[in-house]
Amino acid sequence: MTQLDKHPGGEPVHGEGDGHDSHLPVADEPIANPGLPEHTWRPTDVDEDAAKRAERQVSTLFGLSAVFTVLFVVAYFAIEIGDSWDTFGGLGASTLALGMCLGIALILIGVGIIQWARKLMADHEIVEMRHPSRSSDEDRAATVEALNTGLEESGIARRPLIRRSLLGAVAILPLPAVIMLRDLGPTPGQVANAEEGTGLEHTLWGVRPEVRVVRDVIGTPIRPTDIEVGDLVNGIPDGLLDLEGVELQVAKAKAAVILVKMEPDDIKSSQGEDWIVDGVLCFSKICSHVGCPISLYERTTHHVLCPCHQSTFDLSDSAKVIFGPAGRPLPQLPLKLDDAGYLVAQSDFQQPVGPSYWSREK
Amino acid sequence: MTVDTSKVADSNTTAATLKKPGKAGAVATWADDRLGLGTAMKKNLRKVFPDHWSFMLGEIALWSFVVLLLSGVFLTLWYVPSMGEVEYQGSYDPMRGVEMSEALSSTLRLSFDVRGGLLMRQMHHWAAMIFIAAMMIHMLRVYFTGAFRKPRELNWVIGVLLLFLGTLEGFTGYSLPDDLLSGTGIRAADGFLKATPVVGSYMSFFLFGGEFPGESIIPRLYIVHVLLIPGLLLGLIAAHMLLLVYHKHTQWPGPGRTEQNVVGYPMLPVYAAKAGGFFFIVFGICAVMGGLLTINPVWKYGPYDPTKVTAGSQPDWYMGWPDGLLRIIPGWESVIGGYTISWNVMIPILIMPPLMLMIVLLLPFIEGWITKDKRDHHLLQRPRDHPTRTALMVSLMTFYGLAWAAGGNDIIAIKLHLSINQITYFMRVMIFLGPLIAFIITRRWCISLQRHDKDKLLHGYETGVIMRSPEGGYSERHLPISSTEAYRLTARDRDEVFTADPDRVDANGVAAPGGRLDGVRAKLSTLMFADNVQKPTAAELEEARHHAEHEHALTASLDGHAADGHQFDGHQSIEGKPLRGDH
Repeated sequence: MTQLDKHPGGEPVHGEGDGHDSHLPVADEPIANPGLPEHTWRPTDVDEDAAKRAERQVSTLFGLSAVFTVLFVVAYFAIEIGDSWDTFGGLGASTLALGMCLGIALILIGVGIIQWARKLMADHEIVEMRHPSRSSDEDRAATVEALNTGLEESGIARRPLIRRSLLGAVAILPLPAVIMLRDLGPTPGQVANAEEGTGLEHTLWGVRPEVRVVRDVIGTPIRPTDIEVGDLVNGIPDGLLDLEGVELQVAKAKAAVILVKMEPDDIKSSQGEDWIVDGVLCFSKICSHVGCPISLYERTTHHVLCPCHQSTFDLSDSAKVIFGPAGRPLPQLPLKLDDAGYLVAQSDFQQPVGPSYWSREK
Repeated sequence: MTVDTSKVADSNTTAATLKKPGKAGAVATWADDRLGLGTAMKKNLRKVFPDHWSFMLGEIALWSFVVLLLSGVFLTLWYVPSMGEVEYQGSYDPMRGVEMSEALSSTLRLSFDVRGGLLMRQMHHWAAMIFIAAMMIHMLRVYFTGAFRKPRELNWVIGVLLLFLGTLEGFTGYSLPDDLLSGTGIRAADGFLKATPVVGSYMSFFLFGGEFPGESIIPRLYIVHVLLIPGLLLGLIAAHMLLLVYHKHTQWPGPGRTEQNVVGYPMLPVYAAKAGGFFFIVFGICAVMGGLLTINPVWKYGPYDPTKVTAGSQPDWYMGWPDGLLRIIPGWESVIGGYTISWNVMIPILIMPPLMLMIVLLLPFIEGWITKDKRDHHLLQRPRDHPTRTALMVSLMTFYGLAWAAGGNDIIAIKLHLSINQITYFMRVMIFLGPLIAFIITRRWCISLQRHDKDKLLHGYETGVIMRSPEGGYSERHLPISSTEAYRLTARDRDEVFTADPDRVDANGVAAPGGRLDGVRAKLSTLMFADNVQKPTAAELEEARHHAEHEHALTASLDGHAADGHQFDGHQSIEGKPLRGDH
């Protein structure tokens, strides 16, 4: 293949009237293809000593690899794990030794093989001709012929009743596959239960009147005087800690709240009348964007920031969104004091907590 | 050639002679008697693959996938895909006595009580990162060199699907330990599902088996991660490889390399050795990384708790760009007819990634439609030789990069002491402007490089030798480039702008269908190739050569005296050397 015409070595295959002007001579290649450059010999091709040297290099690499494989086995049995998980710079001695031995053993084999290929295997470039991806015209014609014969013999074109009823039957056949997925989980409606605080619209705050706000983790009730102005306290509903496992996680994922106390003068607005007790406000901790627990509180500005996507809410102004992607304020929990002087919820949240969903306003 | 090469026995140019079959032959005969592989293997054992470093990128992806399979199987022997609650009692002291899911507890056991377990976990995670990164870079290589053109469009589609599935596979994988960081990711995924119009809350309840987090998500993600997606990946990789073999690899144009041939080394032994050796190297590098570089230290995060989160929570890097869009989107949410539509989640997560996927999938078809080029292409193009294509991908990359950077806006703010609000506002503007600017710059840059190529062809390369004419003017000496280099620069097609034929009618004198679309196509084609520099014609080249000879004749008297600068640098004697112009 030395002569090139038209485009680099190609006979342009033009469809008819495809807009490419195939009449004008394209054959204006400035430089003819000089053809494959001559093969040059490597030192290892012509010098027996060089070849021997390369051979020794390659087998040394393979031999070293075996040494590291043995070292791997030794390290596996010799080095204790467990307590020694940060022996070297925070790395476990075993992990480090095993990784290095395995890695080096593998790399040495790889380098050895490639060295072998580069230095000793024949390096003549070979030319192979391409063939068009399409099949030949005869094959195409024969295939189309066979296809038509088959279709003709089936009579699918002549019998629309069969064709249509089959198409219809097959079209609805995926139904079982889809409906069988129905029992993957209950629907939101089936789960919704105000008494148990389950479902998208209910939390543990509504399971009985006057649920106490208790401190997260330790579960002690809170008096307004326990909180200093500027403090943020993580709260949960009383009774949450009696739950276990999945119930605990589900309830916690909705009911977690933050309590903040501010000077009454600093409070610009609240989501409800008389929801605040002695400057203590209570908001859902679950971000209204995609549900991360918000946690970074700036006490002087009363801004709270979600660390996931940086939505920022002004707690002194009904938790309005002042920055970031959240679309709605954090729901506020109406507070009051019970007879013993502890903070309790007047009722459940007045709106669903957490991320938005289609029928949220319904 | 003066060296004696007659003793070189392993030359692969000598014709194969029928010899007595050796051991390999005996095995082959046994197999062929039963499988009849001889016919297929006859061609393929010595199949030719062209050589270029960039053809190795896809190989990295392939081999890291093998590492993923091997290390993944090891992990499944200990990992327990269960959200059942247990109290951790393993070796890792800070977590002892903490209630956690069996998933996390078994992950900790793998990390601290199974020898080599942490190594395998880290190798698996690093190999996953390499897998996806290599797929992306391989995709860019294929796009920038035009290797996606006919007949390889379907292989492009398979490749894009592989990248998409690989990303999903990564997400399901890093969610499995059920630690605080990955749990936060799953919580966000719950928010994404709920934002889906109409069926969102149902989808969430079905996926989680009830309310978030439930106890089904980990076992479900597990089976998706170890069976469903790997099965699809394996099938698609097999198809990708088969098509590669069928089409034969593309090659760079050069002396002797044409659209009709493929020049390179045979599969057996050279490519089998190089590719096989490279597998060991990729495997080895994963092992070294797994041993040296801590990744995803779940023991530091602790078990998932829906009320806890760490600052700087981020997904793995390949999920970063939708997360970035999710951070910079304004808080748009509308209630229409009583139903809530969360644009602030839908646009970044439910619309943009699928849209991006569709755009990338369709790139070969869009270009093919505009050029209406129906030829097979096996020679690669340099990125500069298709400025609009290159600019389009750079523009997409810029969008990706900005969105990705926005996914780390909190880290950028902390490390660079910037305001997170200002970074976010900046990104909101740049996500639109950046790709536009990148497009324009890249396109003009490519065209400038094309001009440079043409200059080199016509006037030679810049030698750096400054000549002073008798009149006192200065000029730089240009010398012709080598014929190999010159051929390589001209071995490309001239751009063919599609022109619509307004009078195109069919046999009955009726305007041919698609006539209106042809107008659009012609406009786009004109825009696409506008300002491109075509290679010189033979006549132009001849004229330039003529001109150069003339110049040469004028300056010939100076030849042999040209100063390369070293004459007078004190490193050699200048005694007796004639000074330039001293003639």
